[in-house]
Amino acid sequence: MSAPRPLRETAVVAFAQTDHRRTSDELSEVEMLMPVLHRVLAQTGLRTGDIDFTCSGSTDYLAGRAFSFTMALDGVGAWPPISESHVEMDGAWALYEAWTKLLTGDADTALVYAYGKSSPGSVRDVLTRQLDPYYVAPLWPDSVALAALQAQALIDAGDTDESALAAVASRSRAAATRNSHAQMRGPVPQGDYAVRPLRTGDCPPVGDGAAAVILAAGERARSLCERPAWIRGIDHRIEAHGLGVRDLTDSPSTRLAAERAGAFERPVDTAELHAPFTSQEVVLRGALRLDESVDVNPSGGALAANPVMAAGLIRIGEAADRIRRGDSDRALAHATSGPCLQQNLVAVLEGDPR
Amino acid sequence: MSKEPVAVVGIGQTKHVAARRDVSIAGLVREAAHRALADAELTWADIDAVVIGKAPDFFEGVMMPELYLADALGAVGKPMLRVHTAGSVGGSTALVATNLVAGRVHGTVLTLAYEKQSESNAMWGLSLPIPFQQPLLAGAGGFFAPHVRAYMRRSGAPDAVGSLVAYKDRRNALKNPYAHLHEHGITLEKVRASPMLWDPIRYSETCPSSDGACAMVLTDRAGAARSPRPPAWMHGGAMRSEPTLFAGKDFVSPQAGKDCAADVYRQAGVVDPRRDIDAVEMYVPFSWYEPMWLENLGFADEGEGWKLTESGVTELDGDLPVNMSGGVLSTNPIGASGMIRFAEAALQVRGQAGEHQVDGARRVLGHAYGGGSQFFSMWLVGTVPPSS
Amino acid sequence: MPDVLKAPLVVEFPFTRSLGPVQSAFLTGLREQVVLGVRTRDGRTLVPPVEYDPVTSEELGELVEVAPTGTVTTWAWNHEPRRAQPLATPFAWVLVRLDGADTGLLHALDVPGGPGSVHTGMRVRIRWAAERSGAITDIACFEPYDPAEPTGPKGSHDGAGPELRPGAHRFGNPVTGIVAPARLDYTYSPGRAQSAYLHALAGRRVVGERCPSCRKVYVPPRGACPTCGVATSERVEVGPRGTVTTYCVVNIKATHTANLDIEVPYVYAHIALDGADLALHGRIGGIPYDQVRMGLRVEPVWPRDGGGHPDHYRPTGEPDADYETYKELL
Repeated sequence: MSAPRPLRETAVVAFAQTDHRRTSDELSEVEMLMPVLHRVLAQTGLRTGDIDFTCSGSTDYLAGRAFSFTMALDGVGAWPPISESHVEMDGAWALYEAWTKLLTGDADTALVYAYGKSSPGSVRDVLTRQLDPYYVAPLWPDSVALAALQAQALIDAGDTDESALAAVASRSRAAATRNSHAQMRGPVPQGDYAVRPLRTGDCPPVGDGAAAVILAAGERARSLCERPAWIRGIDHRIEAHGLGVRDLTDSPSTRLAAERAGAFERPVDTAELHAPFTSQEVVLRGALRLDESVDVNPSGGALAANPVMAAGLIRIGEAADRIRRGDSDRALAHATSGPCLQQNLVAVLEGDPR
Repeated sequence: MSKEPVAVVGIGQTKHVAARRDVSIAGLVREAAHRALADAELTWADIDAVVIGKAPDFFEGVMMPELYLADALGAVGKPMLRVHTAGSVGGSTALVATNLVAGRVHGTVLTLAYEKQSESNAMWGLSLPIPFQQPLLAGAGGFFAPHVRAYMRRSGAPDAVGSLVAYKDRRNALKNPYAHLHEHGITLEKVRASPMLWDPIRYSETCPSSDGACAMVLTDRAGAARSPRPPAWMHGGAMRSEPTLFAGKDFVSPQAGKDCAADVYRQAGVVDPRRDIDAVEMYVPFSWYEPMWLENLGFADEGEGWKLTESGVTELDGDLPVNMSGGVLSTNPIGASGMIRFAEAALQVRGQAGEHQVDGARRVLGHAYGGGSQFFSMWLVGTVPPSS
Repeated sequence: MPDVLKAPLVVEFPFTRSLGPVQSAFLTGLREQVVLGVRTRDGRTLVPPVEYDPVTSEELGELVEVAPTGTVTTWAWNHEPRRAQPLATPFAWVLVRLDGADTGLLHALDVPGGPGSVHTGMRVRIRWAAERSGAITDIACFEPYDPAEPTGPKGSHDGAGPELRPGAHRFGNPVTGIVAPARLDYTYSPGRAQSAYLHALAGRRVVGERCPSCRKVYVPPRGACPTCGVATSERVEVGPRGTVTTYCVVNIKATHTANLDIEVPYVYAHIALDGADLALHGRIGGIPYDQVRMGLRVEPVWPRDGGGHPDHYRPTGEPDADYETYKELL
């Protein structure tokens, strides 16, 4: 049942993102997304016609409109017709779909993009629609409340405390001062309780944004980028849905995905973790066995910018950028979906040996 | 470099109805999945990954339902993806699943598509009150009817062709125990007497709103060798998208549909679709789309598709049967309809289509489309493994 | 630069959800103030009872009763309750492992003493809603439970331990479905291109945008040329007249509230305004529906009170456009 090693080398060769901001009322989704698509194509010199496969991630529920993703396609210029797909999930999973397409050999290049505007609705309440429709959704427990339940479980287990969580928050936003795209850069007060034990500082910013990545295989990757960020392994796993059947202090799906992606074969120097709440970083560090030698979320992570549906893809892009710049040799990127880390994806990226 | 051949070894679907009031959403999908596993004589433990697809989440009011459905679909501890490409989603979902096998990421994959649109209603889901838009809404039929009129003008087809398609598909549905509409006693006169909803589309020529699910088990050569029943082999599969609206768009015969078919035919070594392909399950939500798609898919020259319909070629006992299952005109759980086309094509080549079986069907095309005629996904399946 | 347009968008529906047998038994039980769990093959009791085993994915069906008392396994203090949450006053979200169960149920805990009175491990019991219909909200919330206190009304147990009655439970008049109304409020902003279009419409002008690459004029403009994937910005006024390229006759009453006074049958047409490279949609009026034809020349009839989208289009009286001139737009 375990997967054999992939037959084809694939790499991230380009990455671009918006400056993530609280609102973007003056722009439609495609107007927000299109400059990102142009930038990521320009990084490689490719045009839409050179891209073999396109895949995107977004959700109708953030927009309040069904089929909202069909208008975003206008920004791609799908003419002549293109080979294209879409997942109603974070763009990290769109990247996974594109990766499998490259493995089949049917494509040598892929454009992956994701976007989300949290500003039109109330994302805390929108996310309650993910929950068991019979037993849980009718109670409307918002995303902060669920994260808080997980945080308290960690505190009860002695795995963290409020000051440790505050340290995660301040470290993340301090790192974000070097990230011009981040929404929260520099010190942010921990603030009052949002849902205790989580304070407002433990929570991600609410905002709008988009991101795009270009994948390429083998020699094509080398021709498009001096130092490709090779995807050595990528895997994702989901857990049971009910919070009451899970151990909220751990993330077995993250650990399993990491194992299958080969994350534990050698140490990593960098990890971009998709942890919108400080408490979730604690869980993920444990599951991924990250010690103090690893640079965690040098971009600031989701605590500095959290464009829902793009935040996971951005972790992969940020990790890849560090490799491509030579700031990292082996990095781990993680994305999550669902309440309290129900579903998790792990990608292991490496640069050529130097 | 070579791809792993992909085989369909299990197929399951629910009896499609206007409303399933006896199951939860999980119960509905589970039923189809369980039937597919039973057909393959496999258990949940044999499945490496799950790929599900459905149309907009608003139809059931559940956001990202793969999260809630993980337990029901045996996906705990496994990879699970959820595809959404509007109406073509059932087909795209199957193709994403085939990539996992073809790329040797997984050996055996469960793929499933569903809609339980009775939890809201499809009309509401398709017409959320977006501000600043023109308030005129004419329903889905109102969107497609003008293009049908354009086809009739371009081709010179006689008015009666649409009703022939509806009459055929509804009769075929009587031979398909899973189809939603079973109109016993249907006659051509009844079809023609049906009220005109969006002229030129009559009520009898429109698809129903259904609750339903469809599932398949896809596997590699090793899995196919263990299969208790003959597999259906994928000979080609492709997706193409074009923008919803653009200057010069041909709504009657979209370029994306032509390109998608051409890619599938190239992969499968099909040179003359009319001759090389034995039967077609195509996504026909309004009757006139049968002649339109026959042209778009290369089974007839431009302007000639209606002649195949009119002359009986597309009947179940005709030379190129179309929609043997009764098609979307008889069954339409929106998110599942594309996968039902793909699954019905596979049922045919496996010889499992019972009363609506086409004798000797060896290569059958499954077709799905969605959005404003912009997303297309298709596959060709056959009785023998692909040659390349 | 015109002001950014915004308007509320309310997405609301009373979803009707049918139940599977285990769910039906559980929710019917709540109506009867009985809490049921479901047993797995390896002997665990899951509350709330799920339909499928989270570990083995087997279908579950063996129901057992558990107590309405239990232990808090984690909590979070919600000082500012949000719409539709179980209580309007501050409360704790909790996972409660009811006595007899092996898993936690998510609900609210009403504690007058505030967060200082909540701790993991504390004992709580169900407070039933006065009116119950067979829904998770039949549990109004939990409240602290002191085993030393006298037992409450029917359905509660003393602290001596849960009374487990294995086997299926049959209630009269079982609940087979729930109604789960859901409302989400959004603020919709149309974006730059559409806002500019709407501002022009308010002045009874139809203004599209031209793609700098292919030079096509898009009406309504979308900010991006969909075939070229580049930003459009050059404003181009089109019309006001145009040609019907194709149409249909609608015999069903329109469902949108703004259309309730439109008589059926009516004609819903694709109209290519002069200068535009694709058709937009509109209703044709001022002509019997059976005289509408492809090629008909039309002009907008604006709403009586100012601008906005044309109410409909009426014939201009010009000769019909030749098929050749508009067939590319079909």
